[in-house]
Amino acid sequence: MSIYKSITLKFIMMPLNSIGKSALNQIALLGKILMFLAASLAGIPGKRQFSNTMKHVYSIGVRSTLIVMLVGLFTGMVLGLQLYYTLVKFGSQGVLGSALGLTLVRELGPVLTAIMITARAGSAMTTEIGIQRITEQIDALFTMGVDPLRYLVSPRIAASIITFPILTALFDIIGFLGGYITGVVLLGLDSGAYFYRIHYSISFADINGGSIKAIVFALIVSTACSFNGYYTHLRSDSFGARAVGLSTTSAVVVSSVLILVADYVVTSFLL
Amino acid sequence: MKKVTHDSTGNVYHNAGVSLSGEHPLIEFRNITKSFGEKRVLNRVNLSIYKGEITTIIGKSGTGKSVLLKHMIGLMEPDMGDVCFNGKNVAKLKGRERLAHIRQMSYMFQNNALFDSMTVFDNVAFPLRQTTSLSETIIRNKVMDILEKTDLQGFADKFPSELSGGMQKRVAFSRALVTDPSIVLFDEPTTGQDLIRRNAILSMISEYKNRFGFTAVIISHDIPDVLFISNRILVLHEGEIVFQGTPGEFDSFDHPYVDEFVHSLETFRDHMPGLYSRRNFQLRYNSVLGRKSDQDAYVVAIFSISGFRELCEKIGHATAHELVKELGAIISRHFDAVGGFSTRQRRSRFMTVLPFSNIEESRQMLDDFANELREKGFEYVKLKNREAEGTRGEFYKITVIAGMAEGQSTTEGINDVLKKARQNLFEIGRFQCIEGKCSL
Repeated sequence: MSIYKSITLKFIMMPLNSIGKSALNQIALLGKILMFLAASLAGIPGKRQFSNTMKHVYSIGVRSTLIVMLVGLFTGMVLGLQLYYTLVKFGSQGVLGSALGLTLVRELGPVLTAIMITARAGSAMTTEIGIQRITEQIDALFTMGVDPLRYLVSPRIAASIITFPILTALFDIIGFLGGYITGVVLLGLDSGAYFYRIHYSISFADINGGSIKAIVFALIVSTACSFNGYYTHLRSDSFGARAVGLSTTSAVVVSSVLILVADYVVTSFLL
Repeated sequence: MKKVTHDSTGNVYHNAGVSLSGEHPLIEFRNITKSFGEKRVLNRVNLSIYKGEITTIIGKSGTGKSVLLKHMIGLMEPDMGDVCFNGKNVAKLKGRERLAHIRQMSYMFQNNALFDSMTVFDNVAFPLRQTTSLSETIIRNKVMDILEKTDLQGFADKFPSELSGGMQKRVAFSRALVTDPSIVLFDEPTTGQDLIRRNAILSMISEYKNRFGFTAVIISHDIPDVLFISNRILVLHEGEIVFQGTPGEFDSFDHPYVDEFVHSLETFRDHMPGLYSRRNFQLRYNSVLGRKSDQDAYVVAIFSISGFRELCEKIGHATAHELVKELGAIISRHFDAVGGFSTRQRRSRFMTVLPFSNIEESRQMLDDFANELREKGFEYVKLKNREAEGTRGEFYKITVIAGMAEGQSTTEGINDVLKKARQNLFEIGRFQCIEGKCSL
């Protein structure tokens, strides 16, 4: 009887053990990521990091401009189209500017910009750091007495904090333009009413909220992508170039999911 | 007084607690154990590295030599045991103290670890830009100076991927030395180099050590070349240090590893045809002299290039080593024909034993040798100088000196006879070059 009892207990405990173990691992990982972020943020100030940061502002920000503008334009256009046909049912097509403006500034602008930067610059971040890890370049930095976090990660985080809000603002403006093309040029709304509604409905708090989101996303994307690259060598599922590939994939996936999760959390605090 | 200790497993430690100059260890490993998964790579390793010495770690591939080196700089942490620096436990160093500890060291990686998105110049300048406040002009001068010494002056603007493996190695070598570190850890610095450049790199390590007094730890398979510049040898075998001592003591070290290792010495015969390794020379000496009767005499001759270090600086390490190689080949060719056998003792010194000749006959042989040297010697240098003929060059001379002494086969050991030969040195040939005009 006691043997059966023990087997049953084992059977029940096994999945619980596994869940507990997995939860502990995830907590440990979270702790590690937060330590990584804290150490990297501490490394941002410094004269030597300035030129390095500017280099990353160029690669993360300037080189992402075109793709952000393109996505912004078509997002604005499609949003203009959808909102127009929805609002026209209620005879409220005049408020297209308000609806489009608020949607872009509060939600779509920060979220889509962050996802686009993740796809373009975040993946490059992980790959670059990952390759430097597996070719011992990060170890080489350590042996020269150069803090690898300060040299590799801090400037990327700083550059992300600078570029994400700027690119988000650019996305919003181009999005307004896209809405203008569909709403005013193609569907015949009044141009003055469109811009007046945008100007009238968007408050400073909305812009502020969008910027806060952009900064939070900047921290999430740069940390997740750098972290995955930096610890590529510790992956248990693969090694070498394959590990870099998997790290890049997981960095993009994790960043994208976290952007959406964080969007909900930040929005619930802002509203 | 020489101190030889054996641990419980029979490992041999010569003067294990103090350096040749009587100092205490700069870096000390105390019972270091390191495992990767199930595999134990280092097993209770105890070793000592002394200030101002070149220590060479030898051992088969995959025995944990690089792991050992990475523990010295703190790239890896031991599972058990302490790494001590000047008596202080490195694991307990924090903040600035730890940074200062790392910054006095330099590390040359086995796979170079060059920054592949930077040019050769930027790679070498990187540690200076990041860790010093030197002006860009000084940095440029320092970098170009070391690139010139490593034969890379024309490649400053290339990226590492545009260079051959050997050249990449020299870039890594330059980067390791550009900060004038006080401790340099070299992980196989000569792998992938041709013989001349290999010797040039070893020679540069030796020269830098003499000039700046740095401490070097080298992992190398270039036996016996690396032994000529080393003060101390460590043998890592199956995760344990089985020998610590001088190159001389290493010659008489009896271990299964050495038997395997002797096979690698065969490659040396290809580098300098006819010359014996030290160990094989000793075996040949015992075998030939052991058969002779008490009254039989034999002669020991030594040959050397005078002022070799200064010569290296003037004509370059690569040319100087080509010169040594040629001298070794002529010595072996000339004296093998009369039953002699020769070995290389130091970077530019050779020893020949003439077991069947007395001193008078040997003197005649030496005269013939001097003639052959004048007629056929130093072809490489002659060629180089012919190319430079007419150009305004620096004055230099290559002076070959020799010494001879006679010994009795049973009453006098080779070291006694060698000592006598060294007291009796004289010039046997001189090749000089003044402003591009070269003559014998």
